[in-house]
Amino acid sequence: MLIRPKAGILDPQGEAVQRALPALGFQGVSDVHIGRLIELEVQEPDQLGAMCEKLLANPLVEDYEVELLAG
Amino acid sequence: MRFGVLRFPGSCDDLDALHAARRVGDAQLIWHAERDLRGADAIVVPGGFSYGDYLRAGAIARFAPAMESVIELAREGGLVLGICNGFQVLCEARLLPGALLPNANLRFTCRQVTLEVANAQTPFTRACSAAERLSIPAKHSWGRYYADRPTLAAIEDAGQVLLRYAPGANFNGSLHDIAGVCNERGNVFGLMPHPEHAVEQLTGGSADGLKIFESMRLAVEGALA
Repeated sequence: MLIRPKAGILDPQGEAVQRALPALGFQGVSDVHIGRLIELEVQEPDQLGAMCEKLLANPLVEDYEVELLAG
Repeated sequence: MRFGVLRFPGSCDDLDALHAARRVGDAQLIWHAERDLRGADAIVVPGGFSYGDYLRAGAIARFAPAMESVIELAREGGLVLGICNGFQVLCEARLLPGALLPNANLRFTCRQVTLEVANAQTPFTRACSAAERLSIPAKHSWGRYYADRPTLAAIEDAGQVLLRYAPGANFNGSLHDIAGVCNERGNVFGLMPHPEHAVEQLTGGSADGLKIFESMRLAVEGALA
């Protein structure tokens, strides 16, 4: 699961990283956003969306994406 | 008037909340695994780091057995007060609109803040006068109140914003300077600052926080009378 802050919501973590990169000599970086990655092994992948809605993400402030990898 | 104060693994302000509640009525602790609220007229969901705040602050605590009973009590019109982590839990449980996000400065901040009462006609603020200023400590990392634009407009119109940070006191970046918000029905209230830490002049430097608990007592005893 990839979980990221919704567009338009202030992301101070992303902003801090965006400010830090030019200080290290990396130029041309814009729009840094930081989310999180959750890896799960599941028997019933069709439950993943409900897991995100109920617990893993907060749909009010976060978007999520589910990526299935065959085991 | 009987308060129940929840205690989760990781709660740390439960005893201060218990003390504050006992200044105005009876109060007892309720362990998170219990479903029986033991006749409480009002519930306090206290501050701390419930279940370690893993994933998101308050995200896991909302599924505690005691919270099922709290949601039931709220549905019946009982009073529920969430302080700091308790506010986060009530938002995660969708008992309150919006969400709490990391402070805009990304720092844990602990300071005395001045709040303005934005609505003094509620069960949580009726012991305050209109636009009264309260001096109460705040201490948190995740206190930036956020709601989307339609929600903000709706809660502003309905008078659900009960407390705002006074000008210059909004250190966490909350939208509309919102420090505390209630549900549409007005029986569930959450705030980031800690009224339970400001109930004794000697140790709190201010006893303004007592007004929140006193308001709840007035509301419950008025309803029972």
